[in-house]
Amino acid sequence: MSISRRDFLKLAGISSLGIGFSATDLLWKNRAEAVEYMSSPKGLTAKRWAMVVDLRKFKTEEDYKRVIDACHYIHNVPDFGNLKDEVKWIWTDTFEHVFPFQKNEYLPEGVQEKKAVLFCNHCDNPPCVRVCPTQATFKRKDGIVAQDYHRCIGCRFCMAACPFGSRSFNWRDPRPFIKRLYPKFPTRTKGVVEKCNFCVERLAKGLGPKCVEVSNGGLIFGDLSDPESEVRKILSKHYSLRRKAELGTRPSVFYIIGGDEDA
Amino acid sequence: MLEKALTGSRRYWGWIFFLLAVIGVGFIFYLRQFAYGLGITGMSRDVSWGLYIGQFTFLVGVAASAVMLVIPYYLHDFKKFGKIVILGEFLAVAAVVMCMLFIMADMGQPMRVMNLVLHPSPKSIMFWDAIVLNGYLLLNIVIGWNTLEADRKEVPPPTWLKPLIYLSIPWAISIHTVTAFLYAGLPGRPFWLSAIMAARFLASAFAAGPALLIILALIVRKLTKFDPGKEPIQALGKIVTYAIIASTFFLGLEVFTAFYSKIPGHMASFQYLYAGLDGVGKLVPMMWLSTILAVVAIILLVNPNTRKNESILAFACVAAFISLWIDKGLGLIVGGFVPNPFERVTEYWPTLPETVITIGVWAIGLLVLTVLYKVAISIREAQIESGSNTH
Repeated sequence: MSISRRDFLKLAGISSLGIGFSATDLLWKNRAEAVEYMSSPKGLTAKRWAMVVDLRKFKTEEDYKRVIDACHYIHNVPDFGNLKDEVKWIWTDTFEHVFPFQKNEYLPEGVQEKKAVLFCNHCDNPPCVRVCPTQATFKRKDGIVAQDYHRCIGCRFCMAACPFGSRSFNWRDPRPFIKRLYPKFPTRTKGVVEKCNFCVERLAKGLGPKCVEVSNGGLIFGDLSDPESEVRKILSKHYSLRRKAELGTRPSVFYIIGGDEDA
Repeated sequence: MLEKALTGSRRYWGWIFFLLAVIGVGFIFYLRQFAYGLGITGMSRDVSWGLYIGQFTFLVGVAASAVMLVIPYYLHDFKKFGKIVILGEFLAVAAVVMCMLFIMADMGQPMRVMNLVLHPSPKSIMFWDAIVLNGYLLLNIVIGWNTLEADRKEVPPPTWLKPLIYLSIPWAISIHTVTAFLYAGLPGRPFWLSAIMAARFLASAFAAGPALLIILALIVRKLTKFDPGKEPIQALGKIVTYAIIASTFFLGLEVFTAFYSKIPGHMASFQYLYAGLDGVGKLVPMMWLSTILAVVAIILLVNPNTRKNESILAFACVAAFISLWIDKGLGLIVGGFVPNPFERVTEYWPTLPETVITIGVWAIGLLVLTVLYKVAISIREAQIESGSNTH
């Protein structure tokens, strides 16, 4: 050994102290925040963004397809055409799979098979943010749970932690699988997690989420903290469900299931 | 002391080059994964952790189990472990190295690994896991190396080492507890959401690690002039016996809670693993093999007559090791993801590249283990030759 044990230990001790100090520095001082969209003066702001899914307005396959296609197009979501590589921001599943804890074989006819639109719940208490070891997943002040694709190390802890299956991983390079490129939104690389972002890039420009825009009233977006907001008004008039509410993550996506007579 | 690893018999070098060849093949496949992405594995959106994280979880246990030698030797002054405690410490070093490599292999963006340090997130259990694993690696290298060097010089270990040795005891418990917390604290994964997860992890670790150590000790005796001795091996055998019984009992507690409560989400993963769900169950034969091997191991280990027979003991240890490897290295991880949050079943099975990379990492671990054991055993052999063996 060219370096004596004593020297090695000294060196190791000094370097580990150095690492320790720089880590505390970063931890308490110059904390590098994950990337957020800057809000412009005309940007939409809220204390707590939320979405109401009015399933009564989703009648045909076309109603679902329209919102999915619009979202996936403007966010460059790749279509691999197979289940194993799948990446999705918004999709559908049947009532019994969306609300597995609401099992009830005596529901009105058709409810069990009724499809619901699914996306990230932007929880108040998001497990994905808690477990992320690099803060690549973070909660914004307006409640939106966002993802920094450049900081994500691809450990997929957030996917294990999300009880809603809302997160996708780029198992391979997604770029060749983007059907039609939308130049105004970044594409992702392989090895990072992605998911619905409530269209933060549109909110910053004063626009609402794209899926809401094309939903013909099936999706309602607004500030949950404002009693006059559209979301609060519709929630005060109708019985609504949240997915897996018993887990305490407090999702910000609400589902109105029944017809008008149940209101 | 490391130079002792550079001289050896033809058989020693043959083994080293064999391992290097396996590592080389694994590395070629890793380069393919690096270029293509983790899509090369059998993992998917629904089962997003697989063989790599399973190996990591299992090997953390093997690493932690060194404490089963350290506690009796240093806390209870159980002198008979004196000669082999180093084998446990060096096994821990090799196991932690493998753990870290499996984490690297599982990362989608391995080039960004330093983000863990640049953007530390103390709320994440992974942050603490990185700290305890690195700390444990350092502790075992420092303790193992210094005790061995003192031993070679036939002087008592330096006094500053004692506090580190005592620190290594809770630290060993912590690495496996924190690793269990990676799983146990997640909402919406009922298979993992269990307060007994950490205890189960420790019990299975204290069975699998010492079982491997017995096998290694028997191999060392066969191949070298150093005999770890009959009594330490028997003492380890008793540890394996108690630990595998505890581990099986804890698994039974999980099964009771799930099936007596009859809560569907808590039963579903067990049903998938042991009986199949929605008509699929790729892991069912593996899980039953694990169960049968555990029962066989317990029967052979509990009976003093069979345990005292070293050939039967070796067989029982191999059975216990394979059983726990299946349970923790595969079933525990996959079972947590199946069924998915929509109560749908997506299956997982490792692909060929994934398997070759996994074997490659094991080969790196074996190489580290071989080199460290070669150093330790050369020193023991030199002592035997000079007749100065103090233990």
